[in-house]
Formats: sequence, C-alpha cells, structure tokens
Amino acid sequence: MSEAPRVALFVTCLVDLFRPSVGFAAVKLMQDAGCTVEVPEAQTCCGQPAYNSGDRKDTIAIAKQVIAAFEGYDHVVAPSGSCAGMIMKHYPELLADDPDWETRATDLAGRTHELISFLTDVLKVENVAAAFDGTVTYHDSCSGLRELGIHDQPRQLLDGVDGLHLRELEDANVCCGFGGTFCVKYPDISNRMVSNKTEQIVATGAETLLAGDMGCLMNMAGKLQREGANVRVRHVAEVLAGMTDTPAIGEPSDGSAN
Amino acid sequence: MSGSTTRNFKANAARELANDTLRAALTKSKGHFTDGRTTAAENLPEFEALRDQSRDIKNHTIENLDFYLEAYEEKVRESGGHVHWARTAEDARQIVLGICRSVDAKAVNKGKSMISEECEINEMLEANGIRAVETDLGEYIIQLRGEKPSHIIAPAVHLTKGQVEESFRANHTHLDPDRVLEEPPTLLDEARTILRKKYFEAEVGMTGANLLIAETGSSIIVTNEGNGDLSQLIPKVHIVLASVEKIVPTLEDASTILRVLARSATGQEFSSYTTLSTGPKREGDPDGPEQYHVILLDNGRTDMIGTEFQEMLRCIRCGACMNHCPVYQSVGGHAYGWVYPGPMGSVLSPGLLGVDEAGHLPNASTFCGRCEEVCPVRIPLPKMMRNWREQEFEKHLSPGTARVGLGLWAFMAKRPKLYQLATGLQMRLLARIGHAKGRLSSLPLAKGWTKYRELPAPEGRTFQSRWKSGERPL
Ligand code: SF4
Repeated sequence: MSEAPRVALFVTCLVDLFRPSVGFAAVKLMQDAGCTVEVPEAQTCCGQPAYNSGDRKDTIAIAKQVIAAFEGYDHVVAPSGSCAGMIMKHYPELLADDPDWETRATDLAGRTHELISFLTDVLKVENVAAAFDGTVTYHDSCSGLRELGIHDQPRQLLDGVDGLHLRELEDANVCCGFGGTFCVKYPDISNRMVSNKTEQIVATGAETLLAGDMGCLMNMAGKLQREGANVRVRHVAEVLAGMTDTPAIGEPSDGSAN
Repeated sequence: MSGSTTRNFKANAARELANDTLRAALTKSKGHFTDGRTTAAENLPEFEALRDQSRDIKNHTIENLDFYLEAYEEKVRESGGHVHWARTAEDARQIVLGICRSVDAKAVNKGKSMISEECEINEMLEANGIRAVETDLGEYIIQLRGEKPSHIIAPAVHLTKGQVEESFRANHTHLDPDRVLEEPPTLLDEARTILRKKYFEAEVGMTGANLLIAETGSSIIVTNEGNGDLSQLIPKVHIVLASVEKIVPTLEDASTILRVLARSATGQEFSSYTTLSTGPKREGDPDGPEQYHVILLDNGRTDMIGTEFQEMLRCIRCGACMNHCPVYQSVGGHAYGWVYPGPMGSVLSPGLLGVDEAGHLPNASTFCGRCEEVCPVRIPLPKMMRNWREQEFEKHLSPGTARVGLGLWAFMAKRPKLYQLATGLQMRLLARIGHAKGRLSSLPLAKGWTKYRELPAPEGRTFQSRWKSGERPL
C-alpha cells in the first residue's frame, strides 16, 4: 500500500466502558497491519439500545452524530459485528427518507468494517504474530455471522496463532441469549439460552472461550462464572494481538488497573 | 379475541421454562427439524433460487389479491363448488355451522388446520352438539388431552412419547394393558384403528389448505398421514377453511412453493401426501363429496396490506422459523398464548389480535436473525418485530421504567462530552466495587442480569479516557 490507510476506531460502548483492553488490541492489530489509527472523540454508542426498543427518533439522532464524527476516514472499524452491522446495514435504512443523510449514511456504511473481517478481507492479513498456549472454542455472534457473513475470518487468523488449538463449539451459530436489552427484559428466557450455551462450551473441554462481541462475551462469562465453570473468556482480538496478560473478562485484576 | 393469553407471555414463559418434560420433548425434536432442513437445502442446488421465486410469486399475488381471489371464486363455481367470504372468525363460525346444520351433521372429521384453531371451530361445534374429530395424529393427541397445538405443523411437539401413551391408555379404554405402545408407529396404528371407524360416521369433512390455485379453483393440502384425504373424500360435504393469502395464480406457482415447503418444514423433499381437490364429485368419479364449500377468511389480514407488515402475508406456514428460534425452543409454543407461536406468530399475532394484546411477542426476541435466514419466502421477521416495537413505543405501550431508563441513556448518548464524563465516573466506581473478584454478583439496577449471572466488572478507566491521556498499545 502506498500510503497508510487512515482508520477511525469505533470502539463501541461496551469495550469503552468495560473492556478497554479490546480497544488497545484492535489498535495494535491494525497498526501492525500498516494502518494509522485514530479515535474520534465524539463517539458514544451506535444507537442499538434505542433502535431495538422502538425509539426511532433517538436512534436517528445518534446515527447522525456517528455519521458526522466518522466522516473523512478511509475506514471505520469496530471490534463488534453487532455495532458494525448497525452502521453498515441499518443506518442507510433508517435515514432512507432524507436524501442528504442517506447519502452520507451509505457512504459511511461502505467504509465501515468489523475488526477481524477488516484485517482478513480488506488488509489481506493472513497471519498474526501471536502465541497463545491452550485450547480455545469460538462462539459466532449473531449479527456478525448473519448480517456480515463473518465465520471463516476469525478461524483463519486463530489458525496461525502459535500454540493455540481450536475446538469447535456445537451450535456455535445459535444465539447466546444476550440480545441487548432482551437479557434484562426477559431474564428467565435469556437464562435458559445462555445455560444451553455454557453447557456446550463446557462440553468442548476448552479452557478459553473466544468471540468477537463484548455483549455476548459478558453474558457468557457472567454465566460461566456464576456456574463456577473453569473457562476463561476473552475477545478474539486480545488473543490475536497477543495481549493476554490482562485478566480474562470478569476475573480479578492484579490491582494496577485503577 | 377470546382464548388468547398472549398478554401473559412472561408468566406463561416462566411456567413453561419450569417444565422439564417440555424441555426433553423440545430437545428431541429440535435437531431433527434443523438438521433435516439443512440437508434438504444443501441437496437441492436451486433451493435458494426457488426461495426467491416463491417470495416473488407471493408478492405478486398479494399485490393483486382481489384479482386472483375473484378468478379463484369463479373457477370454484364452475366446478360446482361454493365460495363463502368470512370477514371475521365469527363469520367463519356461522358459515360452518350453517353448512353443518343444512345436512343435519352430528360429526365433523377434521384435517389439520390452523385457521380452524384461529376461528375456534371445534369449540363452536361442540357448543352446538356437533362432534369434532381431529384426524391428524398430533391434533388427535392434543384433542384427547384437551390442549392446544404448540406448533403450526407439529401440534404435539411439546409432548414426549410417554405422555402420548398415557393419554391413549386413559382414553382408549379397550386397550390391553400389555399391548406395547411405546414407539410412534404403534401409537399411530392405535390412533388409526380408532379413526378409521370414525371416518365413516361423519357427515362433514373439513380441511385447511396449504395453497389455493386461482387458475383451476383447486385447494391443496399436504400431509404425512393421508388423514386429510379420508377426511375430505368420505363425508357428504367437504368444507375447505382457508385464509385469503393462501392463494397463488397457477399450478406451476404452487409446485414452486411446494418444493420449498416440505424441505423447510421437516427436511422432506415432499410431504407423503399432496392432495388437490377441485369441486364436488363429478359424474363418473368413483368417490368424493356431494358438496364442496370454500370459506375464505380475512380476519384482519387485508388490513396488513399497504402497511410495513404486508410481507408477513407471504408466510406459507412451514414452521422453519420456530424450529430455528432459540426463544421458541426455550419456552415452547404454548407460552405465546395464541394460535401462532414463534417468530411468525410474533409478527402475525399483533396484527390479528392488536399490539396491545400481543405486544410482548415482538419484544421477546434477541434479533438473532436465524428465522429470517431460513424462511423459505424470505420474510424479514426481525425487521417487522422491530416495527411493532416502534408502534408500541409511539403508543407509549412500553413499560414506564424502561422508557425513563432509555430516555436518560439516549439523552447522554447524544451528548458525547457529558456521556464520557458520567460513564468514566460510573465505570471507575463499578471497577472499585468489583475490584477484588473482578465481577459483581448483585447490583441494584441490574437485577435482571445478576439474578442469573455475574456482571464482569469494568477494567477501570474507560478506553476513551485512557486514549485521551496518551496511552497506546505497546
Ligand atoms: S414466517 Fe417463514 S419460516 Fe416462518 S412459518 Fe412462515 S414461511 Fe415458514
């Protein structure tokens, strides 16, 4: 590439708030692949909580704010299939009645990518220089899988991680029961769904569970821990970036993070 | 509408979740349907193209619904049959009753029909002293048990073999206690023995229709037991009760749709029996009914035309969406509280019952998208569930506490500086509380979450504040 692509990181609200490590891992992966990464300041959330609650007006306001904040970058990348899917598939539809904004939304949608598929499909990364000793299993988050077709990409990169062994999860394509506000609006149903999931995770015998979306990861980690299962949970970017010194999701820290 | 407990979805779901037998039954059937569909789809290279064609056929028909319905009516008349229009379920009940009375019917043999469930035909018949005999094995079983179907193609999918055997022994009192009734074939045999006798007793046979064909005035039913054929051939009168959107223009169109129907439903290439019926018995026909009636039910469907829910009228009732739905597979069909469960019900029921009654259903979805992925006529089910949520939000039907929470969140999300300040503080606080364990086991405002799981504690400062203070990956 002649000039380093200028990439804006859409960090996503959950990574921003709960797991900054994933943001830094994303930045590292993209920098290693030759990108200049920036983090636009005017970002909060992609608007899905409002969108999925039927609050169209607030969703549109948030979408416009995101569109404005991310104008001018070669690419916009999110470490989440769900948030990337929101921008890529739903913003243009939401703004379809407003020609100016629709054009801007479509332009942003065309420049937006989910992190792992951005690495493999756009930057043509074939191998990451990372090592991870152990057996992992992988859950395909719904939006990434079904809205964006992300399935092979993470497996391809994980395959190149030294010492890592991937054991496939049965029903890896079935929802974990997170569903944003669903998990607190219908806790009993969500619980059944996540219990089915953790049962299958434990059955793989893997020590670590990986996925590409913080919401699903927090849901599955929280359930595994409540059940006392001996499985660590991480965002796939952490492993690919070789940044696994931080405690896994929901595990006690060594006290230096504050 | 009477009989709906959709409003109580949450309580219904809690009850069903506690039912271990249901869980066992659902676990058993799930893989059968989903693996079957996957294999059937993979084995037919043109499957995806057929889905597109089926979608287009249905779209075209719905856009010209009056034209094709009138053409159909004319053909039915030409073949000697009668067409009755029912605007409402009550209209349909009255028409059925009128026909039954005209032949002094004591019993009605019934093929499986969801429209009959929607119109509560059995209840009406019984109230008027007419026996309703369900002839589909699944329907027969739940009739014995006094239950409602829990699935649109597999009405008794919520039951285990053991429960079925129990019901047979309780009702078929002639049964030798030593007779083995453990496997589906032996159960089917037993049901057949009883039903065969009944076929010859009824004056009226009633079926639904999977498709109605405008070109020929025929109706089609597909079954795996052949029960529908006997129900409609033997009695004097055959009533077809179908909703208006079942119509397709031509036989060719019907065959396109049939090629995706069974594959999506059960993974079969074709159902065991595909039966066309056109008018009453003609001169020289060896058998067939003397009278042939078609009742075309609207019951709110045409009101969906021209709205964002029009595409729902493409549904061919294959059941694939519920077979693949993790929510349906968790709570089963009865939790939905009315005739149509699963994703298709979550879109259709608010349309037919009103969003005030069925408002929970479109909310009880994670939008995982599996239903849309498998729907043979590519109905964007999640999108339409979201449309219902938008209507609820606009009508202020969503719960007040949720609205306040969402409003507050949206207020912040639209103000990045304030948002970052507030969330920065909150996360540091949460991180401090959860510091020792790395997680929180209870949190007042997140009870729905912490009732069942730990809440992973935030790492500490937010990504944005760390980035702003110059931190970069090593
Ligand atoms: S919505 Fe689609 S998948 Fe569900 S029953 Fe109807 S046609 Fe089948």
